[in-house]
Amino acid sequence: MAIGTDDVRHVAALARLAVPESQLPELVSQLNGILSHMDALAKVKTVGVMPAAGVGDAAMPLRADIGPPIPLARPLESFAPQSRDGFLLVPRLATHESAGDDESDE
Amino acid sequence: MSDVSKKAPRATDAYEMVVGLEVHVQLLTRTKAFCSCSTAYGAPPNANTCPVCLALPGALPVLNEEAVRLAVRAAHALHCTVNETSIFARKNYFYPDLPKGYQISQFDKPLAEHGKLDIGVNADGTPITIGITRVHMEEDAGKSVHDRYPGVTAIDLNRSGVPLIEIVSEPDMRSAREAGAYLRALKQVIEYTAVSDANMEEGSLRVDANVSARFRGETKLGTKTEVKNLNSFSGVERALEIEFARQSEVLASGGVVTQQTMLWDANRGEVRPARSKEGSHDYRYFPEPDLPPLRLAPAWIDAAELALPELPAAKVARFIADYKLPPIDVEVLTASQPTAAYFERVVKEGAEPKTAANWVIRDVLQEVKGGASIAAFPVEPSSLAKLIGMVADNTVSSAAAKTIFAIAAKTRELPSDIAKREGLLQERNEDALVGWVDQVLAENPDVAMRFRGGDRKLLGVLVGLVMKASKGRADPKAINQLLSARAAAGE
Amino acid sequence: MSGSAVSAVRDAFARMAEVDAGPAGLNCILWTDEVRALQDAAAVDALAAKGALAGVPFVAKDNIATTHLQTTCGSRILEGYVSPYEATVITRLRDAGAVLVGKSNMDEFAMGSSNEHSVWGPVLNPIDRTRVPGGSSGGSAAAVAAGIVRIALGSETGDSVRQPASYCGIVGVKPTYGRVSRYGLVAFASSLDQVGVFGATVADAAAGLEVIAGRDARDATSADCPVDRYTAAATADLGGVVIGRPREYFPKSLDPRIAKRCDDALESLRARGAEIRELSLPHTDLAIPVYYIIAPAEASSNLARFDGVRYGPRVASTGLREMYESTRTRGFGAEVTRRILLGTYVLSAGYYDAYYRKAQEVRTLIAQDFREVFESGVHLLFTPTTPSPAFAFGAKSDPYDMYLNDIFTATANLAGVPAISVPIGDIDGLPVGGQLIARHFDEQMMFRAAFALESARAGAK
Repeated sequence: MAIGTDDVRHVAALARLAVPESQLPELVSQLNGILSHMDALAKVKTVGVMPAAGVGDAAMPLRADIGPPIPLARPLESFAPQSRDGFLLVPRLATHESAGDDESDE
Repeated sequence: MSDVSKKAPRATDAYEMVVGLEVHVQLLTRTKAFCSCSTAYGAPPNANTCPVCLALPGALPVLNEEAVRLAVRAAHALHCTVNETSIFARKNYFYPDLPKGYQISQFDKPLAEHGKLDIGVNADGTPITIGITRVHMEEDAGKSVHDRYPGVTAIDLNRSGVPLIEIVSEPDMRSAREAGAYLRALKQVIEYTAVSDANMEEGSLRVDANVSARFRGETKLGTKTEVKNLNSFSGVERALEIEFARQSEVLASGGVVTQQTMLWDANRGEVRPARSKEGSHDYRYFPEPDLPPLRLAPAWIDAAELALPELPAAKVARFIADYKLPPIDVEVLTASQPTAAYFERVVKEGAEPKTAANWVIRDVLQEVKGGASIAAFPVEPSSLAKLIGMVADNTVSSAAAKTIFAIAAKTRELPSDIAKREGLLQERNEDALVGWVDQVLAENPDVAMRFRGGDRKLLGVLVGLVMKASKGRADPKAINQLLSARAAAGE
Repeated sequence: MSGSAVSAVRDAFARMAEVDAGPAGLNCILWTDEVRALQDAAAVDALAAKGALAGVPFVAKDNIATTHLQTTCGSRILEGYVSPYEATVITRLRDAGAVLVGKSNMDEFAMGSSNEHSVWGPVLNPIDRTRVPGGSSGGSAAAVAAGIVRIALGSETGDSVRQPASYCGIVGVKPTYGRVSRYGLVAFASSLDQVGVFGATVADAAAGLEVIAGRDARDATSADCPVDRYTAAATADLGGVVIGRPREYFPKSLDPRIAKRCDDALESLRARGAEIRELSLPHTDLAIPVYYIIAPAEASSNLARFDGVRYGPRVASTGLREMYESTRTRGFGAEVTRRILLGTYVLSAGYYDAYYRKAQEVRTLIAQDFREVFESGVHLLFTPTTPSPAFAFGAKSDPYDMYLNDIFTATANLAGVPAISVPIGDIDGLPVGGQLIARHFDEQMMFRAAFALESARAGAK
C-alpha cells in the first residue's frame, strides 16, 4: 500500500497542516520509506488475537461526582492568545452564515 | 400540516418515510464527565473550566461515576443490554469549541445496545415499538458564539466536557408523527428516571434525524440524509415532512437522493444542505488510550436495573387497573412523574380516585401549566384530599370548593380555614335554611305562586335563587327537599 | 541562606554555568530561575521535618508541566507557555524536599532519538561533544552526566530515557506503565508514555522513582499498586533469580564489542548467584513497525490540541482554517510534522484496519511473549540497551534508520513492563548500557539486579 501525493494532501488537510507543494515529493517518499517497513505486519497471523486496548488489564477507576475543580494558578486570559469578556476569540469562520453552520472544508 | 404538503403535488403518496433518530441527552450530574468542574448552566463565559476541559498540555480525563450510573439507568429504562465492558474512543476533528481536537465518545463497544421503546398502540391495540440500536456515553463540546463580536467567533467552554448520552434508534419510524411520538415517549422515560431534565430549549436534549424515502412496499432502505439543528419537537416533525417531500420529489422525477447533512432553519421553515465539517467526515476513531475499558460487574448492572423507578408504561397499566380510571385520564395523569405522584398522594390521603383525577386534571394542571412545577404547587395533595372530602360530606358545596381551591392556590391556607373565614361552610341549621327559602319565596311572588300551582320545573330555579341568597352556604339537597315539601303541602 | 539545600542548589547552578551556558555549552537546560530555586531551597532548609529528597536539586524534561518555568516540549508551538498547573511528579518531588533547578532540552514533543530535533538547538553529549546525547530526554541525561544534578526526570515512549542514559553513561529507568502518574506529562503517545528517572547512580534513580511512584487519582491509567522501597533493593546475592537472555536481542549483526560487554555483565550477575537462561521473544522484530504505527497515531490525536485557540503563540489570520494551518505549520518541526501525517494516515478511513488495528493485534503478541517468559519462572531479562554507542551529529539522516535505535527498548513500552539501563562498559571511550526488563510492577527485582551490576563494575575497576 503506497501512499500517494493526494493521500499526503488529504491527511495534511485533516491534520490542519499546510504542507507546501514543493515539499510533497520528499514527504511522500519518506512516508513510503517508513510504511514499507510496516508491511512486515501484514504477514503476521493475528486471527483471534484481540487488539491491545491500552496496557494491562486494569479497569477504569472512577471519580466521585464532586468538586472542586483543579485550580488554575493563572487565569485563562493570562495565557490565551486572544480573549474578551471571558470569551476566547478566534477568527470568524470564513464562510460562516449563521449559528449552527458547520465549518466549511475550504 | 406543513406548507409543503399543501403545495407539493402529493408525490409523497407513492413513497414511504423512513426515520431514525439520534438523541443527545445531557446527564444530570453536578460535575463534568471527565473533570470536577461544575455543570451549572448560565455561569460567566469559561468560568467553569480547568486544565482538563481546557485541554491544557498534560491534563488527563477521569470518568465521573455518577455519569456512568445515570447512563446505565437510561439504558435499562430503554430495555437495552448493558455491556460489561465498554470502550471509550476518540472522535477526531478540529473545531474551536472542541478543545482537545477530539471528542471522547464511544464507538465500537458502546455502553449498551439492543433496546426498545413503546411509543403508542396501533389501531388493533398492538404496541408500536421502536428499536434502540445503542446508548453510548460522550462529552459535550463548548459553545461558539458567532454574532457577539464583529469578525470573530467567541468561544465559551463551560459546556465542554459535560456528560451526554447519545440514544440511537433503529430506522423504525414511518412518519413525522411517529417521530414526534417517539421523542415524547423518550423524553418521558428520561424524565421519569431523572437521568436528565431533557429540556430542548436549554439544549439538554438535542435531536438529529436520519430520513430517507422509498417506494411503498420496497423493503430496502433508500439513501438517507441527516437533518440537524432541530430545536423543538414540532420542528422535528415539520423538518421531516419537508425533507421527505423534497426527497420524494427527487425520486419521483427520476433523480437520486445525495447522502448529505441538512440543516433545519426554523425561522424560514426550510431544510437546506449544510457544509460538511470535514471534507470526508474522516473522524479517525480509535480507542481512547487515556481511559482503560469501563468494566461493570454483572451484579452491579442487575442492581441498577432493579433500582429503576416505575416506568411510564407500567404506571399507565397500574393506574387503569388500580384506580379504574379511563385511559384518557391516565394518559394525562402519567404524562409526567410528578403529576402522577401528586395524584397518588391525593388518593392516598383518602380522596376517591375518579374525583381526585378530575380535580388534578381540570383544576391543578390548569393552575400549574406554563412550566411551573406541580411538586411546588401551593395546594398540597393532603389539602386537596381534604377539600374533596369536604365536598363529599357536604361540608362545602362544589361551587364553594372551587372558590376555596382558587384561594388556597394563592395563599397556601388550609381549605377548612378558608371555608370558615369566607363563610363557605354548608349551613345545616334548619331555621337558617327555612329563612332563606321564605325570603326567596317572598321576594319572587310570581314564581312562588306558579311553583305552588304545580309548575315543578321551577324547582331548579328556586334552588338556585336560594343558593344565591345563601351565598352558596345552603345545602342544595336540603333546599331541594324543603321546597318539594312546600309544594306538596301546597304552601 | 547557607543551609544544605541552598548550597546544593548553588552548586548545581555553578556547574550549569560552567558546562551548559554559551555557544560551546551542552545546551541541556532550557529554562531556569535561580532566584526562585534558591528561595525553594531556603524553604526546604527551614523545614524541621526533612523529606526523602530534602535539598536534592533536580531537573525535569521540558514536557513536564511546571508553574514557574516554561513547558515548551522543545517546540515553537509552546514558545513562552508557562503551565497554570503542576504535574503530579513535580509536586511529589517538591513535597519530598527536592528543588527544581531547570527544565531540560528534548527532541520536539519527545519525537527523536538524538536531541537533534529540538527547536532550541541540539544537546551535546558531555562525554564527547561531537556526538548526540541520545533522545528524546537528551537534556536530562546530559545534565546528570555533566554533574549538574544527580536526579533528573525524563519521559519514555519508545526509548527516550534508557537510550540517552546508555549514551551518556548514567542510569535510566522506565517504570511499569501505570506506575507513575502521567498527569502533567504532555502526551506524545498516551498508551506508551511514562515518566522516567535518570540517576547518576542506581541509588539516585531508585530514590527518585520511589518518590514519584504510586497511584494518582488524576490519571485513570495510574495503577493502585504498592510501591516498594527501591533504595533498599541493594543486595549482594542474586540466588534464585532467573535472568533470561532473549536471543532476538543478540542478533549476529550486533556490534561484537557490545555483545562482549553484555556477556561480561551477564557473567557478573551469574557470579552473584543468578541463573542465566537463553530464551526467545519471537515477535521482537515487529516492535519497530508496531511502535511506529501506534505512537504516531496517538500523537496525531494528542497534538491536535495545539491549535492556537487557548494557549501558545497564534499566527494571526483572517480565517479560522488559515489560523489553524499557519499556527500549526509554523509551530511544528519537520519530524513532528512527519509523524502527525503518518499517524493521521494510519488512522484514516480505509487504512485503520490494515495499520492501526493490525499493529494493536501484533502488540498483543509482543506483550504475550513477555508474559509467557515471565510466567515460565524468569524474573528478569537482560539485553543491550542500544545497538551502538552514541553516534555523531547528522549520522542518521534517514528517519527509519533513526527509528531502529529503539529496537531493544520499544518492546518494553509496547508491553508496559519496567526496564532500566545501567552502564556496563565503554567502547572507545563511549559508554554502553545494559538493559534489565522486569515483570509488571516488579521494579524491585529490576533494582536488585541493577545494584548488583553497578557494584560488580565498581569492584572490577
